[in-house]
Amino acid sequence: MIPAQFDYVRPGDVAEAVRVLAESEEPKVMAGGQSLTPLLRFRLAYPDVVVDLGGLTELRGVADEGEWLRIGAMTTHDEVIHDPLVAAHCPLLAQATHTVADPAVRHRGTLGGSLAHADPAGDLPAVALALDAEFLVSGEDGDRAVPASEFFQDYLTTVLDIGDVLTAVRFPKLTGWSFHYKKFSQTAQAWAIVGVAAAVRRDDGSVAEARVGLTNMGSTPIRARQVEEACRGVPARTDALREAAQSADAGTDPPNDLSAQADYRRHLARVLTGRALAAAAGL
Amino acid sequence: MTMAPESGTDQVGSPRLRKEDARLITGQTEWTDNIQQTGMLHVAFLRSPHAHARITSVDTSAAMQQPGVVAAYSGADFADEQGSLPCAWPVTEDMLLPAHPPMAVDEVRYVGEAVACVVARDAYSAADALEALDVEFEPLPAVIDMESALAEDTPLVHEGSGQGQGSNKAFEWPMAVGDVDSAFEGADIVLTRRYHQQRLIPAAMEPRSVVCRPDGDAFTLWSATQVPHIVRLMLAMTTGIPEHKIRVIAPDVGGGFGSKLQVTAEEVLALLLARRLRKPVKWTETRTEGFQTTHHGRDQIQDVSIAADSDGRIRGLKVDLLADMGAYMMLVTPGVPILGAFMFPGIYKMDAYSFHCTGVFTTKMPTDAYRGAGRPEATYAIERIVTELADEIGMDPMELRRRNWITHDEFPYTGIAGLTYDSGNYEAATDRAVELFDYDGLRAEQRRRRESGDPVQLGIGISTYTEMCGLAPSRVLGQLSYGAGGWENAAVRMLPTGKVEVVTGTSPHGQGHVTSWSQIVADQLGVPFEDVEVLHGDTRVAPKGMDTYGSRSLVVGGTAVVQACDRVLDKARRLAAHMMEANEDDLEFSDGRFTVRGTERPSTSLQEVALAAFAAHDLPEGAEASLDADATFDPENFSYPHGTHLCAVEVDTETGQVSLRSYTAVDDVGTVINPSIVDGQVHGGLAQGIAQALFEEAVYDTDGNLVTSTMADYTVPTAADLPDFTLDRTTTPATTNPLGAKGVGEAGTIASTPAVVGAVVDALRPFGVRDMRMPCTPQRVWRAVAEAREAGRSEGGQR
Repeated sequence: MIPAQFDYVRPGDVAEAVRVLAESEEPKVMAGGQSLTPLLRFRLAYPDVVVDLGGLTELRGVADEGEWLRIGAMTTHDEVIHDPLVAAHCPLLAQATHTVADPAVRHRGTLGGSLAHADPAGDLPAVALALDAEFLVSGEDGDRAVPASEFFQDYLTTVLDIGDVLTAVRFPKLTGWSFHYKKFSQTAQAWAIVGVAAAVRRDDGSVAEARVGLTNMGSTPIRARQVEEACRGVPARTDALREAAQSADAGTDPPNDLSAQADYRRHLARVLTGRALAAAAGL
Repeated sequence: MTMAPESGTDQVGSPRLRKEDARLITGQTEWTDNIQQTGMLHVAFLRSPHAHARITSVDTSAAMQQPGVVAAYSGADFADEQGSLPCAWPVTEDMLLPAHPPMAVDEVRYVGEAVACVVARDAYSAADALEALDVEFEPLPAVIDMESALAEDTPLVHEGSGQGQGSNKAFEWPMAVGDVDSAFEGADIVLTRRYHQQRLIPAAMEPRSVVCRPDGDAFTLWSATQVPHIVRLMLAMTTGIPEHKIRVIAPDVGGGFGSKLQVTAEEVLALLLARRLRKPVKWTETRTEGFQTTHHGRDQIQDVSIAADSDGRIRGLKVDLLADMGAYMMLVTPGVPILGAFMFPGIYKMDAYSFHCTGVFTTKMPTDAYRGAGRPEATYAIERIVTELADEIGMDPMELRRRNWITHDEFPYTGIAGLTYDSGNYEAATDRAVELFDYDGLRAEQRRRRESGDPVQLGIGISTYTEMCGLAPSRVLGQLSYGAGGWENAAVRMLPTGKVEVVTGTSPHGQGHVTSWSQIVADQLGVPFEDVEVLHGDTRVAPKGMDTYGSRSLVVGGTAVVQACDRVLDKARRLAAHMMEANEDDLEFSDGRFTVRGTERPSTSLQEVALAAFAAHDLPEGAEASLDADATFDPENFSYPHGTHLCAVEVDTETGQVSLRSYTAVDDVGTVINPSIVDGQVHGGLAQGIAQALFEEAVYDTDGNLVTSTMADYTVPTAADLPDFTLDRTTTPATTNPLGAKGVGEAGTIASTPAVVGAVVDALRPFGVRDMRMPCTPQRVWRAVAEAREAGRSEGGQR
């Protein structure tokens, strides 16, 4: 690749990363580089400095925090997929992560990198949104926690400022819930045309609660709140969940692109949401 | 158990591991972009952002001030020496052949056309300095689709050059055999279909790259090319630099699929820049540059009519073709659809056939050879329409094929398009494929799913294809106005120690010639496989050759190797007879040793003969001190691989997703030298044919921008998108070459596209779907189902 010239810094700790970022005019954080590298290669990004978080081992790994799982931002996709705590308490994240790109990308790409990149066609933002994850951020003014519902602002845009580093993401342990991520793409190793992250809590023969996050149905990941409402108390049957999923595209603004026009995406969102809910409900 | 052969015999037919692979997979390779030269400069091109525009000014002065920049040039700076990129196949005498300057001078005609260049001390400086080049354009109207291009009062692609003669029509090429009118008038059924062969991007794994070094008054040029010999000849003819002063090397080359069967602007300009600057220069394309400016494939509109009796007998076929040339004629651009002209009748007997092709200029990247080159397009059309004919008649599509194909006892058979198929056994390949595929079982499942209204429908697609390969008899190429012959050359050299050097004029770029040629030579000369070295891809090392494309290398080049081996043995026999004090006629040669027939006298090995020839102490009268020989083989006929491919797909009618459930390919490629290599060729070929059916399309917007200019947008499938293929072979040796080989490089691609699309249409037939545009993306399939359902409703629910 032949990018434009930039400086490269590999900080030794988060504080240094924050300081370097804050002092730069147009910095870019590299957290695995699987999205940033193409942007540099296409000369779509002209950072003056690339701050590589690859040396920050304290940002790697999964910790059990009681009600929450705390996953370091620099934990690779492959590590997430194979982590026993994730498998036990947040299997939806592992399942969705397994659909990200190909093995080479999953060995370098990171959870934090994916989420901070905030590509609405990426698989993990919708999962974080559906699970009400919490984003831990270190910045010039100290640390703060941002709920998923506030983190994603627009296309490739989050609440992170220059000088902010996403250090970890906390996922609530949802006991009694079951999950499914349904990804629909044209080739196996591609971005989702539409993706659906579904979580269901059953109460015997009916659905007590459901949560649905949508991938690539707007400029940010979207919660399908109407579907969640419609699911409440319905019988745990495929036809009922498919019916509840009919409002999956309500409030979305899906893109028109080469792989799909908006009307097709709306249709897919309805069909796939029904299927994802049914699969999550064990049907 | 059988013992591994100690001698070289029985190598042909053995799945030897490839000699190439240990080096390739451990990175011990020499790709063109890896080549470093002292003082080497790097070239970057500024490319047109317009599909069609007049160049009003080029200012290189600011770029010249950039750090590291050595030179910057516009097309005008090379106007006197760059010539016009060659087209070797003027298919008609009156074909429009507009000038094609390597770097545009006055006008650009596709997005990506080179307009100016920067030469710098490193690739980064060159890329940075491009942004300082100041080029002004006056946009002209883009001409994107072929039918609009042919309409009256359409802007002309080549008006500015004064060569357009008032039309975007480049040529018309007609052909008719038999009484077409009466075949159609007398037929019970006439079916007409329009098929679109979408434009494809070859996307070889290794990007194009070229390095050129001045050596005194001569030049060495490395290029990621399939055709070093053609490049050398054409560079000489284009630039006027004498042919003997140009050496072209194709080092390790990572795939081509026809896209490196080309003489490119960048090769010409690398040569001219090296001459002007007296320094080695390098250029390597980025992937997006490659997508925009490495020639594309396909892009035809086919209007096809078939006439048949109600019992399914085919009477005639009419094909009216629009072929998109793009903006210029490149090496064989116009010849690609003409090659297809001979393949539309496929394996079927009929009374009459007509073909008419109109070549059309548009403001897009030129098209040219892409795996199959004309033959996949033709095979698609005939295999699709034959299936539709069966449906129209209410006959099983396999039964309709059986009623019309050339039967095994009819070979050799001269078909309606004039080709003489030397050999084939369509019955055997089909019977085997039907058995492996479980055709009857899948048809039964299909019926069940249709009856139960399963949202996931099953479809079965059939392709009983043949192709013409082994390009090509020089005499035929001459009749088709091609600018060169189709022979191939080989040399076999016995070294004093008995080792063997084989020089081939073919130029492998992934095909494994080093391995296959070693197997052939090991058997011919009775020497160990390991003792054979195969040299290729360098016009100084392998001075004569016609290179690699069109499934020709084994059929033509392999035959030349066999002939050269025969000549080596003729020389060796004479010397051996002298050494053994025997009559030549009494010598037998097997397993690498000469023996005197009917005696117990000690044998003499070929290695001993080679050493004696080298020493030359005691040669027979008039013999030379060498066992070396070369041979040039020019085939009398094409070769005709064939086979039966069966595909089963599941189509999710709610989402439009197509899943390949199973794929059976039974190919008859004649004698197989290395089964693993042949399997690999079939696998890759299937992947590319399936890619056209389901995944790939080069899309230009109405302004002429290539929208699919990255790997993210141009969806090349990977192994993860493909099923496990069920492969088998029947073997009906070709009668037209001593190996009996037919070629396999393109078979999978040619066969698979209609099988897959046929399966998708078959799955959706209950909904009233009769055709699908390629690629059959989920969205297209979903819309087709939705539209068919809508049409069904508006017909009052008659379906």
